[in-house]
Amino acid sequence: MADGVMKRMSLIFKSKANKALDKYEDPRETLDYAYQKQLENMTQLRRSLADVATARKRIELQIKQVQQDAEKRDLQARRALEMGREDLARDALTRKSEVQQQIATLTPQHENLVKQEENLTRAVKGAQAKVDAFRTQKETIKANYTAAQAQTRIAETLTGISEEMGDVGMAIQRAQDKTAQLQARADAMTELTASGALDDPLAQLTTGDDIDAELNRLSSGTGVDSELERLKLELAGGSAKQLEAGSGTSGVAKPGAVQDAEEIKEGDSK
Amino acid sequence: MIVRILGEGQLVLQQGALDELNKLDDELMSAVREGEEAKFRAAMDSLLARVRELGEPLPVEEIKPSDFILPSADSSLDEVRDLLSSDGLIPG
Repeated sequence: MADGVMKRMSLIFKSKANKALDKYEDPRETLDYAYQKQLENMTQLRRSLADVATARKRIELQIKQVQQDAEKRDLQARRALEMGREDLARDALTRKSEVQQQIATLTPQHENLVKQEENLTRAVKGAQAKVDAFRTQKETIKANYTAAQAQTRIAETLTGISEEMGDVGMAIQRAQDKTAQLQARADAMTELTASGALDDPLAQLTTGDDIDAELNRLSSGTGVDSELERLKLELAGGSAKQLEAGSGTSGVAKPGAVQDAEEIKEGDSK
Repeated sequence: MIVRILGEGQLVLQQGALDELNKLDDELMSAVREGEEAKFRAAMDSLLARVRELGEPLPVEEIKPSDFILPSADSSLDEVRDLLSSDGLIPG
């Protein structure tokens, strides 16, 4: 343990390169092999970049859906208050606050992926430049040196390029791990939504543990109370206008919202 | 001497910088050994910052082995420990 981090890491990379070099009798063959490996690495690197971009887009979509959901709950709360149903408004706002917690989880994940994507884009550019340089260099070495003379040059070049590729390989692994994690989390969320666990927390609460239900209600209660007051004030200020607008835009949204509100009620009274 | 920061590239530094870097590296190594997250983060940050400050980027068309290699800036303590304990984490 005498060496520090810097030295030990460089030794690890060197021993990797030396192992590769030992595999061939003529060291020049190693160069071609290394070049093949680099091309494979580049393909993988590009694939990782595409995966990260896909994951990022997926999270963006999720955030958008969740935001729409929050808006919908807000609208429901308004309608409920207009109808004088404070209990329903409270339920809708409780859901809204749960949805907002989802946004709070998704946003840093999104930032993480954006950063990851930038890093990989930079890695692709840098690695491609190195691979191009290596292709030229290996041909020069092969043409100008005998096997014996080439040994040292090749060992150096190979170690340099192995480091580069090891670095790229780690970037790929890291990106894959991150995307896999996020994917698993996204899948879990989709599953929960599909099973109704997230979508209908009130129903779940009433059939589940009463204490949990109460705690959940209390924890998101303060925000909900103040928002309820805000809505009341807002509606008191312009109630005539709101009602008029409501009857004018009855279309699809209003009956749907009312129906949802009724469902909340049923769930609550069970 | 040439120092590589994983994920960033290689930098050329004057040999005279080695003493200073070694001191910072000792800090890092002991933080890794002790498993102290805060100390590790601080040691990583100052070592990487100093290397970036003192180093000139190696031109991309030069393919040379590094004298020293440092983990990428966002590495966790566990990742660095894994890197040092085995070569399993470094592909191909």
